[in-house]
Amino acid sequence: MTEKKTLLDVISPIMVGPSSSHTAGAVRIGLMAREIFNGEIKKVHFRLYNSFASTGKGHGTDKALFAGILGWNVDDTRIKNVFDKNYGIEYEYEFIEDTNKPPNAVRITINDEMVIRAESVGSGEVAVTNINGFNVRITGHYNSILMIYQDLPGVISKVTDLIQRRGVNIASLFCDRDIKGGKASMYIALDSEIDPELVNNIKNIECVYFTAGIRKLKS
Amino acid sequence: MIITETFEELLFECSKNDFCIYEQAQAEEAFEQDISVDRLRDIVYRNIKTMKDCIANGIKSEEISISGLSGGDCKKLQIYFENTPSLFGSFFEKMTIYALASAEENARMGRIVACPTAGSCGIVPAILVTLAEGKNISQDIQINGLITAGKIGQVISNKVRLAGAAAGCQAECGVASGMAAGLLTYFRGGCNEKIINAAILAIKNILGLTCDPVCGLVEVPCVKRNPFLAIHAVTASELALAGIESKIPPDEVIDVLARTGNLMSPVLKETSQGGLAKTKTGIELEKLLENKL
Repeated sequence: MTEKKTLLDVISPIMVGPSSSHTAGAVRIGLMAREIFNGEIKKVHFRLYNSFASTGKGHGTDKALFAGILGWNVDDTRIKNVFDKNYGIEYEYEFIEDTNKPPNAVRITINDEMVIRAESVGSGEVAVTNINGFNVRITGHYNSILMIYQDLPGVISKVTDLIQRRGVNIASLFCDRDIKGGKASMYIALDSEIDPELVNNIKNIECVYFTAGIRKLKS
Repeated sequence: MIITETFEELLFECSKNDFCIYEQAQAEEAFEQDISVDRLRDIVYRNIKTMKDCIANGIKSEEISISGLSGGDCKKLQIYFENTPSLFGSFFEKMTIYALASAEENARMGRIVACPTAGSCGIVPAILVTLAEGKNISQDIQINGLITAGKIGQVISNKVRLAGAAAGCQAECGVASGMAAGLLTYFRGGCNEKIINAAILAIKNILGLTCDPVCGLVEVPCVKRNPFLAIHAVTASELALAGIESKIPPDEVIDVLARTGNLMSPVLKETSQGGLAKTKTGIELEKLLENKL
């Protein structure tokens, strides 16, 4: 899926420096991880790869990722001093060189339960690329719904039916699965606000293990 | 609603609708974002206010960045100009001071507007705010100007990803300079063609600019590059306003920007594996920093 930059993208974001990819992008990755996890975060482990690892400290990437996990936005001037206070979340960092990974990549493990892989692709744009082993591509441009479910016939139509009944337009839809009948993931980008009731209805579909409504990132 | 993707399309739609570039751009963007034009302009003005706050903070601060590689130069320049007025007058003084102010704020993790990127955040504001103050430009015209600049950047971004890693600094400070040149030309009453021509003259004259930051940080040479490319935008704008035209049409120049970016070795695209980053001093600073951070 290619997404054109909008005019506002070009003259945004308002952010704390110094790097749109290493600082603002890192905050946004943290924010998306928080949305996707959608629960109380007690412990978070960050594995920073390549350029994120080698220039991360000078760019405040470590601070920015954690600030995102705390729900702070990219323009929050507290980011610079985020480690000065205790926010009740344990955090740990690891810095790794791995040329098989994108230049600005991170793996975030939350509460030892969820593993989220993401990368910063430049100009503050980011993509979550994998959640617990499932390939996804969540860029934060749309309000979206992510679900992990058992790969059974009819699930996709059940979900799209629920969405259609609310008169909501689907901007894009992406599915992935491990093996036939195994676990599958579905990512649905919406052209409207996320209705919590809709998310709940999807959650209640039989064989759906996990559902999260992921709000669009602020520009 | 047609979302114009090239300069040719943009100029064609503008002339068809009898629009200035900002009018076409704001109609497109409001449609794309599904918001009213008024709401869009409010958002743009919020960004302008943040640019002004950033400059105000940067002018006052002498704080050094986390790495220690930048900070304090904006103050130096202010003191220098107080004692030795610039040969090129107060506009030159303000533009260079303002560009440094924002760029240094960025390096010290202050709040900035990425325009189009954080590393190039000083260029468009330096031109916008200097003119706004020096020529009493109204809020509405300021908004029109930033929308014009944004549209220029957007058209370019259809062909070139605006990131040093994608196409070198030509796609960051270079594009910012093109946006600023367009904005300045609009402020000075230039027609649509001259606005685009100014942007293209700026871009054409930074083709091949590499991204080779020392220690991989957005500081050396990025901070000082901001005042340089702010003034570069003025040259482009003056030439364009004089009716001097780029022999190579705008969209073809952008194609070259993209191709040059592709031809550029990864060593010179934000990886800090070459250029200034791998000078003797660059390497020494890198070692020094490894121990410090």
